[in-house]
Amino acid sequence: MTQKNRMAQQFIEALPHAKALGMKLEMLDEGVAQIAMPYSEKLIGDPKTGVIHGGAVSALMDTCCGAAVMSHPSNPHGTATIDLRIEYLRAATPGQRIVTKASCYHVTRSVAFVRATARDEEEESLVATATGTFTVEAKR
Amino acid sequence: MSRPKPEPVQKIKQRRDGVLRALVEGVPYIQFLGIQFERRGDELTGVMPFKEELIGNPLLPALHGGATAAFLEMTAIITLSWAYIWEDMESGALDVTKLTPESLPRLPKTIDFTVDYLRSGLPRDGYARARINRSGRRYASVHVEAWQDHRDRLFAQATGHFLMPGRRG
Repeated sequence: MTQKNRMAQQFIEALPHAKALGMKLEMLDEGVAQIAMPYSEKLIGDPKTGVIHGGAVSALMDTCCGAAVMSHPSNPHGTATIDLRIEYLRAATPGQRIVTKASCYHVTRSVAFVRATARDEEEESLVATATGTFTVEAKR
Repeated sequence: MSRPKPEPVQKIKQRRDGVLRALVEGVPYIQFLGIQFERRGDELTGVMPFKEELIGNPLLPALHGGATAAFLEMTAIITLSWAYIWEDMESGALDVTKLTPESLPRLPKTIDFTVDYLRSGLPRDGYARARINRSGRRYASVHVEAWQDHRDRLFAQATGHFLMPGRRG
């Protein structure tokens, strides 16, 4: 990891909510980010199955999409989520960590467009997909 | 013709509050975020008291978009499940004397969920209410609104589609 990425890693992992969920930035490169979240019993949304709540996956997707925007070569000063849609394709397997990968595929002067996917350790099938739009804050 | 005597108010409250408590306490992620539900008749209001762990941007500071999304999704799911349970709870089909996560119906499953972030979430308590726009045998469509200081100044809203659990029997 480059110096810039190590700083981004420290920054993201220090966000109180990201820290509470145990998120780890694994990769950050020119508009693409990868963040992992370990399985934890406190994240369970369905007590009968032990499956993680969709909201925890949302938090992971949102953080990963924001990181992708911040790492875009256009070098935005800051960003905030305008809208984020998540599709839950299947239940994440209890006990497995979840890894999200987000790609910021287009940026205008004021809006960034992002797509993301989430997988558990059964890597061949997706757990969830997301599409989002984010603000682009200009440098002052 | 004589009408059946109405149930004592305490008995009704005890039953409804007991079922709601069992529903909410069974979900670890609700406990993790610290979300509570207040009930007026069948109307539920989700309350997410502020705590440090919910912060996403320490500079502003602002609530994490993921915490907001989870709060909205949780409010939608509990409101939907509550509406689904209501009839069985009131008719006696659901045994309210022994309530465990196992004896309650399964929770609806989220198919998709779209969140609009209207303004940044301030470091203070948030409230949310869901409206079930359609609830069929298999699918439901729910809209949720969240606010902080002013009911008509929403900081986020969301729409989601849910797969309903199968009816017993």
